Amino acid sequence: MNLLVHRALSTGDKGAALQQIVRLVIVAVLMLLGTAVPAVADEAVVRSPAEPQETSVDDNRRRGDVTDSSTELTVPFDDLVYQLVQASLPQRAALVRELARSRDERLIPLLTALQEGNLQTNREVPPRVVIRQGNVTHDALTGEEFTDVSHLGLRRVPVNNQLRSLLRSLLAQLNLHHEDVNVRYDAVRRFIRDGVDQESIALMRERQVIEDSSRVRGAIDTALALYHLQSGDSDTRLEAVAVLRGSLEKEARNALTSVANNDGDPDVRLAARAALDAIEGRISFFRGVETLFFGLSLGSILLLAAIGLAITFGVMGVINMAHGELIMIGAYTTWGVQVLFPSLIEWSLFIAVPAAFVITGLVGIAMERGVIRFLYGRPLETLLATFGISLILQQAVRTLFSPLNRSVSSPEWISGALNINPVLSITYTRLYILVFGLLVFVVLLTVMKKTSLGLKVRAVSQNRAMARSLGVRSSWVDAMTFGLGSGVAGIAGVALSQITNVGPNLGQAYIIDSFMVVVFGGVGNLWGTLVSAMSLGVINNILEPYAGAMLAKVLVLVMLILFIQKKPRGLFPQKGRAASD
Amino acid sequence: MLSHRLLTSDKGGALVLTLVALATILLPLLHLVLPADSPFHVSSYSVTLVGKFLCFALLALSVDLIWGYAGILSLGHGAFFALGGYAMGMYLMRQIGTRGVYGHAELADFMVILNWDNLPWYWQGFDMFWFTVLMVILAPALLALVFGWLAFRARVTGVYFAIITQALTFALMLAFFRNEMGFGGNNGLNDFKEILGFDITTRGVRASLFVASGIALMLGYLACRFIVTSRMGRVIISIRDAESRTRFSGYEVESYKLWLFVFSAVLAGIAGALYVPQVGIINPGEFSPLNSIETVVWVATGGRGTLYGAIVGAFAVNYTKTFFTTWSPETWLFVLGSLFVLVTLLLPKGIVGILDRLRGRKRK
Repeated sequence: MNLLVHRALSTGDKGAALQQIVRLVIVAVLMLLGTAVPAVADEAVVRSPAEPQETSVDDNRRRGDVTDSSTELTVPFDDLVYQLVQASLPQRAALVRELARSRDERLIPLLTALQEGNLQTNREVPPRVVIRQGNVTHDALTGEEFTDVSHLGLRRVPVNNQLRSLLRSLLAQLNLHHEDVNVRYDAVRRFIRDGVDQESIALMRERQVIEDSSRVRGAIDTALALYHLQSGDSDTRLEAVAVLRGSLEKEARNALTSVANNDGDPDVRLAARAALDAIEGRISFFRGVETLFFGLSLGSILLLAAIGLAITFGVMGVINMAHGELIMIGAYTTWGVQVLFPSLIEWSLFIAVPAAFVITGLVGIAMERGVIRFLYGRPLETLLATFGISLILQQAVRTLFSPLNRSVSSPEWISGALNINPVLSITYTRLYILVFGLLVFVVLLTVMKKTSLGLKVRAVSQNRAMARSLGVRSSWVDAMTFGLGSGVAGIAGVALSQITNVGPNLGQAYIIDSFMVVVFGGVGNLWGTLVSAMSLGVINNILEPYAGAMLAKVLVLVMLILFIQKKPRGLFPQKGRAASD
Repeated sequence: MLSHRLLTSDKGGALVLTLVALATILLPLLHLVLPADSPFHVSSYSVTLVGKFLCFALLALSVDLIWGYAGILSLGHGAFFALGGYAMGMYLMRQIGTRGVYGHAELADFMVILNWDNLPWYWQGFDMFWFTVLMVILAPALLALVFGWLAFRARVTGVYFAIITQALTFALMLAFFRNEMGFGGNNGLNDFKEILGFDITTRGVRASLFVASGIALMLGYLACRFIVTSRMGRVIISIRDAESRTRFSGYEVESYKLWLFVFSAVLAGIAGALYVPQVGIINPGEFSPLNSIETVVWVATGGRGTLYGAIVGAFAVNYTKTFFTTWSPETWLFVLGSLFVLVTLLLPKGIVGILDRLRGRKRK
């Protein structure tokens, strides 16, 4: 590949050299993502939207992954619970300890509710034991939900402080050994936040040895180091500072700051300050990565939105002001698919993409045949006519559906985020849209370079008269190009429906940005659109924290106007004599 | 002779101008002199409405000047209109004085809400009318000068130029929406009390503003005719028809385009300045790209390249809009959209073209 770059540079063809360099960069980034993401995903935790846990008696009792000798209860779980709620306070402590030895999955919610004061019972035989969480009440043993509990005669199961602290340590122990890595991490974080005591230290040391998730291990290290920071011996404190150097937890930073200011030993203070600097450095690095990622994600959205426009403008010299509305139609198609097939939400996006492509493609072809064809050679009039069509489409959608936004739900597999560390978290939706955008780009590139339609499109855009005299039906090519560009806009709408509100005004929000991408990138080359979209996205994201969203847009515009001074036709203008008009 | 050059050789223009003059004289008289129950009485609603239309007509004139005669399509002329409007609005705001909600002598209400202590530097001087008039002319002119210089020097034309002007007005809209800019944020400037010492809500003032708009329109039209029939006008038309050829013939195409663009921006600014006292409010929505594109459709409907066609188009489309938005608001956008499509497809010469064709047929 380097050879290609060298050859391109030596022949003086800057455009081709730039293309090769961009290709190299993209391949490198993809390789990096390909290796890094699975490695990171191993230890990172996937968070799905929280759902209420429903317990059912029919589930098998799940075993924890602790290898110590936990014996089965001698008395069944349910009976123990009945005894617990009816016993007196002193007996309750012993019963709780007994219960804690079980591995029943209803145990943790029950004990948590008891500790927080949400466990209630009545005087029936056997007594009803329920957990109240706000307005929702459900049976602790059967999971059954109640809406109206006034007839049950419930009263709270009382606890005292002694019992509460016992419950807290038992729960910590149980959570530390839980199967779900999320729960374990949360448990350690609670220790970090609330402070660690002798008992918890012993538990965590025990856990540290057998823990296999590096994220939880890191949190345990932090918790232990925070404990050691309070030790009397300055060497222990120095060691603790060294451990905390690598931690990104907020509490670590707070503890280090107070040590840096208040510690008796100057060496420890110095070490703490150095550790703080190191942490700041790491945080800025990860923030930078996050900005870059969000910039690329915004860039991929701009790419999807603008690439259809670039294709039609490149071939026909027509700026399609209705492009935003075609994106909107694509988004509405997604909503329509979800409404028509409510049981197939998981597959809705896969159905919506071809559907949106076909529908918007047909709309585009209709526009071309009905209106734009007659305005050939008059680009300004075409601009106005397509603007009129955009108004009609907007109002049609407003009248047919309502002027209010439509709700489009996201499938399960697209929601959630990759939490790489406390500072950097990558939402799956944006990641998938980034990948999807690049995929669409690659497909379009293939169509343009390898198919016969692509060949004809390129011929017509370079020199229409010559192409016609060689037998290319240029009016058919025009219609197909418009259909292709519109279809891609529809696909962009499907992607956009996942991250933004779907309403009749969706198109207006993205049309000006699409124009900017086309003007900046030029229309000679699809790569131009890619580079321009990605750079505009990244620049916008870099400016946003300093200037605010609106001012960032204004600045980008001003920079664009100045950029056009140097290159009036964009980064990758069309080549050829016929393109000079 | 000047009158021949300006009017007699332009039958359509003379007709339209006469109509405007009649309206400018008659309507205020009918509004002020006749009692309210007379059948010929013109209500203050109508006076304000037609006054607005007169300002819109001036704006359309400015767009036709550069589009019809120089081939420069600007989809952002609303920006100059709004700038002129904001300048006038700032003057009117200063005139409120202690009669605002917060009763501060110098600061406007929204500044008090923002906890500002002093008037920002760019608000200084707006309590004087002559300064305001200067700014109404200068602010759009400066923006047009800078923007036009950058654009024309880089030979940005046609569709690219249209898009860039769109983006310009959009960016200005975003900027003026920010409260920190000091122009009232998304509420804009409103609640005006008096102009030049007269209470702005009286019928007399309303009529005077109407007359002022009418006179501005007529003077603007005559000025445009003067330009268009002069030697400069000939060069500009040739720039529209064959830009490269004109450049190679030795004319400095960029200068001609630039100065025409600046003049047109000033016209638009004056239109905006006369518009604001009549409607009583200016807000960032005036910068919206849709407004600028609507202006272009007025010109296209009326008939571009004829100057008086722009005036006809402005009145025609705006009357239609008023009709539809009161009778059936949902259909207005359909009508507007179809208007765009039909006018570009079927009526390239607009209403004026239809009238011309009819007249031509009658002659035969």
